[in-house]
Amino acid sequence: MVILDLALKSLRNRAFSTSLTVGSIALSVALMIGVENVRMGMRESFSNTISQTDLIVGTKGGTIQLLLYSVFGLGSPTENVSWEAYRQWAEHPAVAWTIPYSLGDSHRGFRVIGTNQDFHRHYRYRGGQEIALAEGRANVDLFDVTLGADVAAELNYALGDEIAVTHGLGEVGFLNHDHMPFTVVGVLAKTFTPVDRAIYVSLEGMEAIHWEGGAPPASDDEHVHDETDAATADDGHVHDEADAATADDGHDEEADAATADDGHDEETDTATADDEHVHDEADEATADDGHDEAVDFSIEDVEVRQVTSFFVGMTSRRDVLQLQRQINDFENEPMMAVIPGVALNEMWQGLGYAETGLRLVTIFVVLVGLLGMLVSLYTSLNERRREMAILRAVGAGPNRIVSLLVLESVCLSAAGAIGGLALVYMLLSAGQSFVEAQVGLYIPIRPPGSIEFLYLAAVVTAGFVMGFVPALKAYRTALHDGLSVRV
Amino acid sequence: MSFTVDVRRLRFRYGGGPWVLDIPELTLERGTRAFLFGPSGSGKTTLLGVLAGVLEATEGEIRVLGEDLASLSGARRDAFRAEHIGYVFQMFNLIPYLSVLDNIALPVRMHAGRRARLDGKGVKETAALLAEHLQIGNLLDNQVTELSVGQQQRVAACRALIGAPELIVADEPTSSLDFDRREAFLDLLFQECERAGATLVFVSHDRTLEGKFSRTISLPDINKALR
Ligand SMILES: Nc1ncnc2c1ncn2[C@@H]1O[C@H](COP(=O)(O)OP(=O)(O)OP(=O)(O)O)[C@@H](O)[C@H]1O
Ligand SMILES: [Mg+2]
Repeated sequence: MVILDLALKSLRNRAFSTSLTVGSIALSVALMIGVENVRMGMRESFSNTISQTDLIVGTKGGTIQLLLYSVFGLGSPTENVSWEAYRQWAEHPAVAWTIPYSLGDSHRGFRVIGTNQDFHRHYRYRGGQEIALAEGRANVDLFDVTLGADVAAELNYALGDEIAVTHGLGEVGFLNHDHMPFTVVGVLAKTFTPVDRAIYVSLEGMEAIHWEGGAPPASDDEHVHDETDAATADDGHVHDEADAATADDGHDEEADAATADDGHDEETDTATADDEHVHDEADEATADDGHDEAVDFSIEDVEVRQVTSFFVGMTSRRDVLQLQRQINDFENEPMMAVIPGVALNEMWQGLGYAETGLRLVTIFVVLVGLLGMLVSLYTSLNERRREMAILRAVGAGPNRIVSLLVLESVCLSAAGAIGGLALVYMLLSAGQSFVEAQVGLYIPIRPPGSIEFLYLAAVVTAGFVMGFVPALKAYRTALHDGLSVRV
Repeated sequence: MSFTVDVRRLRFRYGGGPWVLDIPELTLERGTRAFLFGPSGSGKTTLLGVLAGVLEATEGEIRVLGEDLASLSGARRDAFRAEHIGYVFQMFNLIPYLSVLDNIALPVRMHAGRRARLDGKGVKETAALLAEHLQIGNLLDNQVTELSVGQQQRVAACRALIGAPELIVADEPTSSLDFDRREAFLDLLFQECERAGATLVFVSHDRTLEGKFSRTISLPDINKALR
């Protein structure tokens, strides 16, 4: 006890160097525990990228690949799933809801995702939060799009803007389908998930993008072809319902007559107008739900033939494995179902080496902090030789000298460890909401768990072990000096 | 027969160095006030270290209060010292981060055997009484860094005397004091040794003090290592 008292008083006596040492250990411990907290927060938010989805279904392939393209918008599938197969599973009695996705297109580097209202109804992320609209409305019509929050912010799009969509995933998005512009009708609220970086259109809209000629294929034709004799025009302007006529300024009055669009379409019996132009004969000019596109067929006219993948919510969680097996064994088409929680965990595990690296770095930071303590204790020994001689004279054995120094280093490292823990909680409670608002990373504040205690114990143990370096040095000088130390 | 110190054929050297001490015989009777002198480097401090059991004799027999220190383990020697020996250094006697009281109480706190010698009185009470005797009673709660050198030496004397050890060893405790203070310090030290019945070994260069002691030992005369 007397030694502990001595150790504490001696540390207090060297308050400045003590607080520096404790401070540096506390900082390094705070870093270690902080990184651990951030790591767990990241892991949690990663596995919560989607929630309440019981199965993700796509064509057969890699689990991770399915996860990547259907959840994270990375990579692309090789095959699609037919609409019939999708409906078959969607109507399975164990299935409560589904969200179909049609992928594969992009707009200026952002993913274009075809889905339907089920997305708004059923999509959940981060512990059950729903998709919300920041502005406008959900996309319901054929050429409506809603934008993820990041897309709107980065491309500076506002409601009413028209955008073109590229078939394929290239960066260039201007040339193709320019004549088939989509209109921004809504912007989604920020979710801090891949949803923010996607553009949402209807499944039918997605299908329309794929019409190579810019027109729907003949109704009885299974696949889309150009040069069909169906109602496709070379230049991509489609006019199915010939009775609707629009006129632009230069060609008013002759409402029933055909007008020329840049010199094309001389033979067509309909007239088209550019959106910039005013339609005088409003009663005669019909435009699809107020849009002035050249394309004037409606969503009902489009037949969705395939989806890329779909999310499944079950009526009862217990049936998940059974349904997964059934889907995997589906004979009509090669299909695969994965449980997102399991797959996400697998994927995170795959990133494990990054975690290990991070942890290794923090361990070294703590070691450096402890080395600082060792140095400061060691260098103080010389000026403390006198003190050691006095202690020996009053009956302290060399072992007591050792325990004094080891105790000092244990006290320093323990104080540093506790200070570091306190610092983490201070920083967390001060910065939690800020971090969540800035990067969408929610770092939960939990009471210190076994990992924290393990870390603290490791730090104190390391301090204990390191304390022997100056202690043994003091031991040897004490034995050798005897009482003849001169100052 | 009651020699407090009884040294036979003592030989000592530091590590593998030259012999520092070679003392065929040295005995001190109980209650002796011995004056030990010798030139610098003659081994005075070393001899005190051996007598106090801080240094282990390379050869020979060192009986203190009848106990042969040479046959004791290091830990037992430490315990023996804590219980039976008081030590005063030339200077810088005190632990800077402890108060005057804590410095005086240090040997008692360090070893239960020494505490048992307080005759049932409290540590603080005993320390206060000693401090009173050595005229530093008003300084007990001070930090030692606030004291004058003379006051510090008296605190060191109190620490050596607390728990009434049988042997007081003082290594030039007065050399940093002026003449008047030296005399006063010695008088107080003698008075307390007498009160406790302690044997005193007092090292000094200052031969003018010699007359106050009951015995004078010239180290060069008994230490053959110097020849
Ligand atoms: N810790 C030590 N390690 C090695 N040699 C030492 C040590 N202490 C003292 N010596 C040597 O032992 C010899 C005796 O030293 P000691 O300190 O006992 O002399 P002293 O008589 O006390 O001198 P002073 O009057 O200067 O205090 C000297 O030669 C000294 O160099
Ligand atoms: Mg000396």
